[in-house]
Amino acid sequence: MKEAFTAQMFGVYGFGLLETLYMVIVSAIVSYIFGLPIGVLLVCTDKNGITPVPWLNAAVGFIVNIMRSIPFIILLVLVSPVTRAITGTTIGSTATIVPLVFSAAPYISRVVEQSLKEVDGGVIEAATSMGASPMQIITKVLLPESKPSLILGAALATITIIGYTAMAGFVGGGGLGTIAVNYGYYRYRTVIMIVTVVIIVALVQAFQELGLYLSSKFDRRKQ
Amino acid sequence: MNELIEIKNLGKVFETSSGNIVALSDINLSIRDGEIFGIIGLSGAGKSTLVRCINFLERPTSGTVIFDGKELNSLSEKELRLVRRRMGMIFQQFNLLAQRSALGNVTFPLEISGVSREKAAEKAMSLLHVVGLADRASSYPSQLSGGQKQRVAIARALASDPKVLLCDEATSALDPTTTRQILDLIAKINREMGITVVIITHEMKVIEQICDRVAIIDHSRIAELGDVSEIFTHPKSDIARQLIFPGGKLPDNFEGSARIRIIFDGKSSFEPVIANMVLECSVPVNIMFADTRDIGGKAVGQMVLQLPEAEQDRKRITAWLDLNRVNWNYEEEGGETAV
Repeated sequence: MKEAFTAQMFGVYGFGLLETLYMVIVSAIVSYIFGLPIGVLLVCTDKNGITPVPWLNAAVGFIVNIMRSIPFIILLVLVSPVTRAITGTTIGSTATIVPLVFSAAPYISRVVEQSLKEVDGGVIEAATSMGASPMQIITKVLLPESKPSLILGAALATITIIGYTAMAGFVGGGGLGTIAVNYGYYRYRTVIMIVTVVIIVALVQAFQELGLYLSSKFDRRKQ
Repeated sequence: MNELIEIKNLGKVFETSSGNIVALSDINLSIRDGEIFGIIGLSGAGKSTLVRCINFLERPTSGTVIFDGKELNSLSEKELRLVRRRMGMIFQQFNLLAQRSALGNVTFPLEISGVSREKAAEKAMSLLHVVGLADRASSYPSQLSGGQKQRVAIARALASDPKVLLCDEATSALDPTTTRQILDLIAKINREMGITVVIITHEMKVIEQICDRVAIIDHSRIAELGDVSEIFTHPKSDIARQLIFPGGKLPDNFEGSARIRIIFDGKSSFEPVIANMVLECSVPVNIMFADTRDIGGKAVGQMVLQLPEAEQDRKRITAWLDLNRVNWNYEEEGGETAV
C-alpha cells in the first residue's frame, strides 16, 4: 500500500502523465490535420453536398471504414514499419504517436463529417444564393456554424485517443498505460495500477468537461 | 418598362429513383424592372423550384433565364456566382447564420465579395438602419423574433446591392401583423431603392397587399398571368378562383332560386350598392358569398346573391343593377358558386 505513495512513485506518475499528455495532444493535433480535411471532403462530395462527386465519396468512405475496422492493438503492429521509418523506433511515446494517428484520423474524419452534416441545408443554400464559392461555404459557413459540435467531437476524439495510449502501454508505448502494465500486471502492484487508472479517469473527465465548457461558450444558439 | 428577368420555355425535371418528376413545364415570364411580381400556387405547384431556377440554385433542364441581359445558361460557375450577387434572396426559414450576430450576418455577403472589414461593417450598419434593427446589431439570431430575423435576412440580401430581391415564402412563418410589417418593408425597399421584387407565396393576401402583377402556377405550368386587380376581378382559371375564394364552396340547401354574381371593379364598391338596391327595389336578397378587398387603393371583389323566387322581383333587381351599371351575371344552377 505505502509503496504506491512514495516520492519516487509520484515522480513516476508525474512523468507518466506528461508522457500520456504528450502522446494524446500531439496525435490529436496530427490526426486533425488529416481527419478534418477528410471529413470536409466526405461532406462536400456527398450526393447532397455542395460539390457532389459520388465515386470519390464512396472511395474515401471505403478506405476510412477499413481503417476504422482494424482494432487498434493490431494496427499498432501492422503499421510498425511505417513507425520505424518515421521515428526510427517502435517503442516509446513518440513511436506510439504514429499508430495513434493512423487509428484516430479516420475516426475523426467521421466525427467531423457528422458535425458538418448538422449545418442546416437552408443556410448553405442562402450562402450559395449570395454567390459564395464552395471554398467560402466550407470556411465561412460549414466550419464556423458547426463549431460547438466540432469542439464536442474533439473532446470525444481526445478521450478515445487516451484509451488507445493506455492500450499502447502493453507494447511499451510509454505513459500511464505502461506504468499500469509494468507495475500492476507484471509485478502485481495492484494499488499502483489503481492509482494510474484513477489518473486516467481524471484525465478523461477533465477533457470531457473542457469540451462541454468550450462548446457551450462558443455556441450562440442559446438565448 | 424594361424587362429585368426573362424566363423562356423553362422546364425542370427531377430525376428520382422512382421515375422522373416534372416540376416545371414550359414557363414563359417577363419580370419588369422595378415591379413587384408575385408567383402564387398551392404547395407542390412548382413555385419554389421556379424561384430557384431564376438564380440557378436549381439548373433548369430546358429553356433559359435571361437576367439583366445575361443568359444564365451560358455562364461558368464563377460568372454565375457574380450574377447571384446581383440577386438577393430571402427564405421562409430566414436561414441566418446562427453563430454570427445580426451585423455579422449582414456583413457575410460583403466578406465573400472581398469588401474590407471596416467598409463591410459600415454598410451593414446602414442596412440594419433601413430595416429598423440598428439597435440589435450585436444580437444573435436566437435572441431575435421571427420578424426581426426576416429583417436581418432582408438587410443581408440587400448588402450586395442587388437588382432584384427574390422572396421565397418569406412571410409564411410569420403571424399576420408581422407579415404586414415585413411586406410594408419590402414595398418600401422596392419604392425607395428601386429594387425589383419577386414574391413566391401560397397566400393571396400577400399578393393583394403589395404585388403589381401575378403569375398563378398550377401543376407545373402558368395557369394565369396578369395585373393583380384584373385577376381579382376577372379570374379566368379554376385555380385562380380557388385561390381568390379559398374554401368558398357553398352549402347546397338553397335549391330552386336564381343566384347572381356581382363583380365590384373598383368603382361601384365605394357606394353602398347592395343596401341601395334593396331599399330602392323593396326586394330582399340573400347574400350567399361576399369577398371584397382593397387592392392598391381600389376596392374590388365579388358577391353572390340569392334572389327571391318571384319572377317580377328578380327582374326589378336585375333592371336596377343594369341601370346602375353594376357588373353582374347569372350563376349556374346547382353549381359551386365560388370554385
